[in-house]
Amino acid sequence: MTIRKSTAMIAAITMLAVGACAKKAPETLPPVPEGTGTDTGADTGTGIVPGSQEDFLASVGLEGDRIFFGFDQYNVDAQDQATLQNQAQWLQRNPAVRVTLEGHADERGTRDYNIALGERRANAAKNYLASLGIDPSRISVISYGKERPAELGSTEEAYAKNRRAVTVVIGR
Amino acid sequence: MLLRSTGLSLALLLTTAPLFAQTAPTPPAVTTTTEPRETIEGTLSQERTVIGIPPLATSSVQTVAGLRTDSLGRQIAEVIAADLERSGLYEPIGPSGVRAITRAEVQAPRFSEWQSRGAENVVHGFVDAGSNGSLIVGCYLYDTALGSELVRKGFEIQPADWRRAAHKCADAIYSRLSGEAPFFDSRVAYIAESGPKGNRIKRLAIMDSDGGNHRFITNGQALAISPRFSPDYKKIVYVSYLNNRVRVFIYDVASGSQKLVTESSNATFAPRWSPDGTQILYSMAVNGNTDIYRISANGGTPVRLTNTPGIDVGGSFSPDGKKIVFESDRSGGQQIYTMNIDGSNQQRISFGGGRAATPEWSPRGDLIAFTRMGGGEFRIGVMTPSGGNVRMLTNSWQDEAPTWSPNGRVIQFFRTTPGRQGKSSLWQVDLTGVNLRRLPTPQDGSDPSWGPVLP
Repeated sequence: MTIRKSTAMIAAITMLAVGACAKKAPETLPPVPEGTGTDTGADTGTGIVPGSQEDFLASVGLEGDRIFFGFDQYNVDAQDQATLQNQAQWLQRNPAVRVTLEGHADERGTRDYNIALGERRANAAKNYLASLGIDPSRISVISYGKERPAELGSTEEAYAKNRRAVTVVIGR
Repeated sequence: MLLRSTGLSLALLLTTAPLFAQTAPTPPAVTTTTEPRETIEGTLSQERTVIGIPPLATSSVQTVAGLRTDSLGRQIAEVIAADLERSGLYEPIGPSGVRAITRAEVQAPRFSEWQSRGAENVVHGFVDAGSNGSLIVGCYLYDTALGSELVRKGFEIQPADWRRAAHKCADAIYSRLSGEAPFFDSRVAYIAESGPKGNRIKRLAIMDSDGGNHRFITNGQALAISPRFSPDYKKIVYVSYLNNRVRVFIYDVASGSQKLVTESSNATFAPRWSPDGTQILYSMAVNGNTDIYRISANGGTPVRLTNTPGIDVGGSFSPDGKKIVFESDRSGGQQIYTMNIDGSNQQRISFGGGRAATPEWSPRGDLIAFTRMGGGEFRIGVMTPSGGNVRMLTNSWQDEAPTWSPNGRVIQFFRTTPGRQGKSSLWQVDLTGVNLRRLPTPQDGSDPSWGPVLP
């Protein structure tokens, strides 16, 4: 058990490091796992701690942690709904987990307005998750406006990736 | 408290009344036009007045608080010359490359010598050691053709405040020659930026209007954005992402402590002071809907001013404190509206192409500066409080967030460059749109907030 736990921890730390490289906002880094074994359910065998940010990302798949919006838009379209339904399933399997929805805007808006726009987007995602039965008290919201772009270019492609609401596991 | 006027020129100094002086009737702007137009072309540029500015003289070279009076005389002349040059109205000769004057010359200039160099005016002054470790700084403005004195100013200062004495001299010269209110002796709060675009470190910082006396306020651990200096410069209201929340704080400059403007579980942002410093506007997002609120700077119960579905954000008081200009997307895209301070009589004032955002009411009351968005670009423009006479002053990829000089003649803003290495810097432009300058800052800069003239 001791050896197995250590292996799991090392794997988890490795995953964390990878996650840190891919993510753009260090202040939203996933918390250090609180431990492994009996209190967090069965080990998946991949070293991923159930209920963790890594577990969430592994479950929802590539870009499954985020939905994207049109310019100055905040409606949740069919593709977004599918993404959020996947997230909701994971949240239902992990009922103790809390998440933050980060709202973001591309750089083609003014600063204050973009904070308001990010709030709209994050709340749109939150409200949809709530409509799927996720307790809204598990979901906090923060807008970064245009302060934390995921893509750094000034192209339509980059803007499309930056107009997003990202679900981030913050703990339990 | 910092700058004490000597007997040289009490009258001029005592008339300096920040804020309220700015609302007094002023001569028509040189750029006033009866037809709406949008141009940044240089038809409005003026011929610059040549001013001789030799180093300030000293009665005897002394060292006060580690500063030599003769060196200070040169430095003060440099600040005066730089201020006047930056205004776009004057072409200084000196202090570099100009003969040092004697102390006796200060009140007996050699007018013919300056005339022969093409100077219509000449600035002379002195720096002497005062009592108790102070300095006495005097400056005089002369008309070389008439051979007459136009202005004299004198200050007893602590040595550390020598730059303020220089700005006060420059202000007196500028005001006398241009007929405009002074603005050099004023300060700016802004956000210093560093680090990669995807993870910018953004720190609250303050400096003089020319970039001098720069000081970082926050350490960058929490994102800081959208600061505004209080009218008395004692406080800065701004947004901090401290503890991963979006909240408006009032930072006390003297004590270094800060407090929340209001307790709320919702995001609060886009704070602004009323002209008298007693009220603060802020925007608050509740379930994704943002509205504008007004609260006493001492706390208390906030008053909700807008209640339309959509984003109502920002705001800027008219200098008489009776109206607020703000932005809203209630009609679709961002546009500019005015309302009374109780929220009544909300009226859209911006029309025409594109979107309009970040309105700032001029301290003179005659114009509103704003950011125009269209064609993938942000530009700085001005219009009247009823939305007329729209003029664009800049033309770049992204110019955002204008803030007015205390006299309503110059606008600072920040300019962002595109791409992965895109950065922001502080710029200023006067109302002609011709005199465009970048402000020196130790790091990249954004979100400037220009305060009133110091007392």
